[in-house]
Amino acid sequence: MTTTSEPAASDVAPLLTDLPGVDAVGLEARAAALATRSIKKEAKATAIDLAISMVDLTTLEGADTPGKVRSLAAKALRPDPSDPTCPQVAAVCVYPDLVATAREVLGDAPIGVASVATAFPSGRAPMSVKVDDTTMAVEAGASEIDMVIDRGAFLAGDLRKVYDEIVAIRAACERPDGSRAHLKVILETGELATYDNVRRASWLAMAAGADFIKTSTGKVSPAATLPVTLLMLEAVRDYRDAFGRQIGVKPAGGIRTTKDAIKYLVTVNETAGLDWMTPTWFRFGASSLLNDLLMQRQKLTTGRYAGPDYVTID
Amino acid sequence: MTDHAIPPVALEYAPAPESRAIVDLRPSYGLFVDGAFVDGADGRSFKTVNPASEEVLAEVAEAGDADVDAAVAAARRAYQRVWSRMPGHERAKYLYRIARILAERSRELAVLESLDNGKPIRESRDVDVPLVSQWFFYYAGWADKLEHAGLGTSPRPLGVAAQVIPWNFPLLMLSWKIAPALAAGNTVVLKPAETTPLTALLFAEICQQADLPPGVVNIVTGAGETGRALVSHPGVDKVAFTGSTDVGRQIARSVAGTDKRLTLELGGKAANILFDDAPLDQAVEGIVSGIFFNQGHVCCAGSRLLVQENVYDDVMDRLKRRMTTLRVGDPLDKNTDVGAINSREQLDRITELARTGDAEGAERWSPPCDLPSSGFWYAPTIFTGVTQAHRIAREEIFGPVLSVLTFRTPDEAVAKANNTPYGLSAGVWTEKGSRILAMADRLRAGVVWANTFNKFDPASPFGGYKESGYGREGGRHGLAAYLAEGGEDA
Repeated sequence: MTTTSEPAASDVAPLLTDLPGVDAVGLEARAAALATRSIKKEAKATAIDLAISMVDLTTLEGADTPGKVRSLAAKALRPDPSDPTCPQVAAVCVYPDLVATAREVLGDAPIGVASVATAFPSGRAPMSVKVDDTTMAVEAGASEIDMVIDRGAFLAGDLRKVYDEIVAIRAACERPDGSRAHLKVILETGELATYDNVRRASWLAMAAGADFIKTSTGKVSPAATLPVTLLMLEAVRDYRDAFGRQIGVKPAGGIRTTKDAIKYLVTVNETAGLDWMTPTWFRFGASSLLNDLLMQRQKLTTGRYAGPDYVTID
Repeated sequence: MTDHAIPPVALEYAPAPESRAIVDLRPSYGLFVDGAFVDGADGRSFKTVNPASEEVLAEVAEAGDADVDAAVAAARRAYQRVWSRMPGHERAKYLYRIARILAERSRELAVLESLDNGKPIRESRDVDVPLVSQWFFYYAGWADKLEHAGLGTSPRPLGVAAQVIPWNFPLLMLSWKIAPALAAGNTVVLKPAETTPLTALLFAEICQQADLPPGVVNIVTGAGETGRALVSHPGVDKVAFTGSTDVGRQIARSVAGTDKRLTLELGGKAANILFDDAPLDQAVEGIVSGIFFNQGHVCCAGSRLLVQENVYDDVMDRLKRRMTTLRVGDPLDKNTDVGAINSREQLDRITELARTGDAEGAERWSPPCDLPSSGFWYAPTIFTGVTQAHRIAREEIFGPVLSVLTFRTPDEAVAKANNTPYGLSAGVWTEKGSRILAMADRLRAGVVWANTFNKFDPASPFGGYKESGYGREGGRHGLAAYLAEGGEDA
């Protein structure tokens, strides 16, 4: 594992061809074994606070309104109004037209505004539309762009198209002052169907300049799964070993309980390792997870389980 | 991205010990003969200890010749009067009942197994005990279908089976022995290993709970002398042994010239062969489970890793990184991956053999890990730079010690893998299906796992070539070891 500079576009195809295969049975067995770790007491308290700090609090509905996003952003600032020691979440994740609203409520707080762009969730739009979508979100104040890859192109074998799109969107993330919104690339692993595809897509996205790789839009079933996340963590670990650049991982969709979140954290801990145990490098894309984390946190603090009416709905 | 400035947070797992309270340990245990717990005839006993703490768990009776006589006689009576005459579907009911009770009392069995053996609770809970129950369920299904076992229209049981089992999988080996024997209509006298007798005695209670007719299952505890008395007893018709090759040889000698049937499942030095196109992350998991599962106390452990030279460095980096996440310690902690070595004697043997690796110039590596101060412990260890000429490449260490060798071509891999006195198991890691089949054809091993390791299934036969013994356990073949061929006139 020697560290060299990142692959040029022409080197990406052979890089993907050389990736080791994935044995589905073995991968799932490993994920199942990681899911049996018993996390209790102080370790559980640590895990809950860490998980809260990693949440990208998300609303991606056609019915989203400025009011809905304002209350979501307010919740991001103070997830548990009854307990000021509760950490803030990492970001709020919204459609591009609501970025400005979210940014307005968040003010200068160190909470990101993530926006899904590039004709989310299908990604089926002309390139010019995808670039405009991204540019608008960045201009409105998005600090993170969650783009979807063109799964149709990927499955048809047109990896070059997928690669070029990621490069182009990364360029569209640049702001006039030279800084750049961070790019999370959504692979929509449920549509990629095989683990080998997930590994190839992960490496393709990383080689094209992704800052994060993300499992799902949340609009396709299955969304995030533990084996897929384990596989993507192996990919970012191996990529850093090979090329020296660290890339984050974001499972999204379907993670609803503290118990689930802890399984993911254990998987990060034992796969990619300590360097990824921070919201800078690992996120949960979730809407309902936060409330379960808050309820479990209250239970650890007070010793009693208070129930869903003791946390805010959004 | 917004700078969260949250430094990485270490997730240190808090201790998560399984409670011992579910196990009702008695200060002393007798023998289980003819459906009842009885004292040994000459009153001798020995202690069984928790290898993780050296705490004495219980005193257990040591069976002498008179006790073995009594147990064999009880088994004979039960065989003649009840068990061999009972219709298969009736025997099946008892086996199903035992299987269900095993499942119902699984937590108790798992805790006791980990206490007495030193293996991690996650293995006794998730692997051993579920398999034990499955083994009884599986053979219960055969009890009324013996005519389909491939031994003629009316195969007959053999009689009284003398069964001697090792300490590495006390309950699992018990189930491998007792379930097929009873399904076929035999009765048994079983001797568990002297360091791990307790779950066999709990199994005896389960036989009582299941109302199994007295004498069908008898358990005599003791050490080598008791085992010798049992297998050489003239009243037994069948001997089944799992354990060391040395003891297997002695048993073969003592049985030679008699009409006793014999199956032996002995040592191994399995090759785990990793090709350059293997699914590497899963292969590393397979290497880890191949040698560190049950502290390497596995006769079919993948104790010789053969890595194709062009991926050697990558595989070693991955393996070492993975080994640093192994958690060694309290077997009752649910997060423990590697538990205690079963006895001081075994620890000494592992230590001694590993030293020969150092002396012969192999390079030793272990991840940093704090071992508990009491009890018997050995850190997971790999030796690189090993050649076929090293003792650690030839002798069974039976501990968490992996010898790593390399190869360049499939032919060389096969030649090295087969160049051993043993032949119990082997593993092949490659994404190429045709290569898996070609390798499996040429490897002289009873079990060849492809892209997995240490997987056991009641329906799959298990056994060895050469010094790994003879006969098969599991599946239809395992049943055949407890049946005589029947003909039209039988």
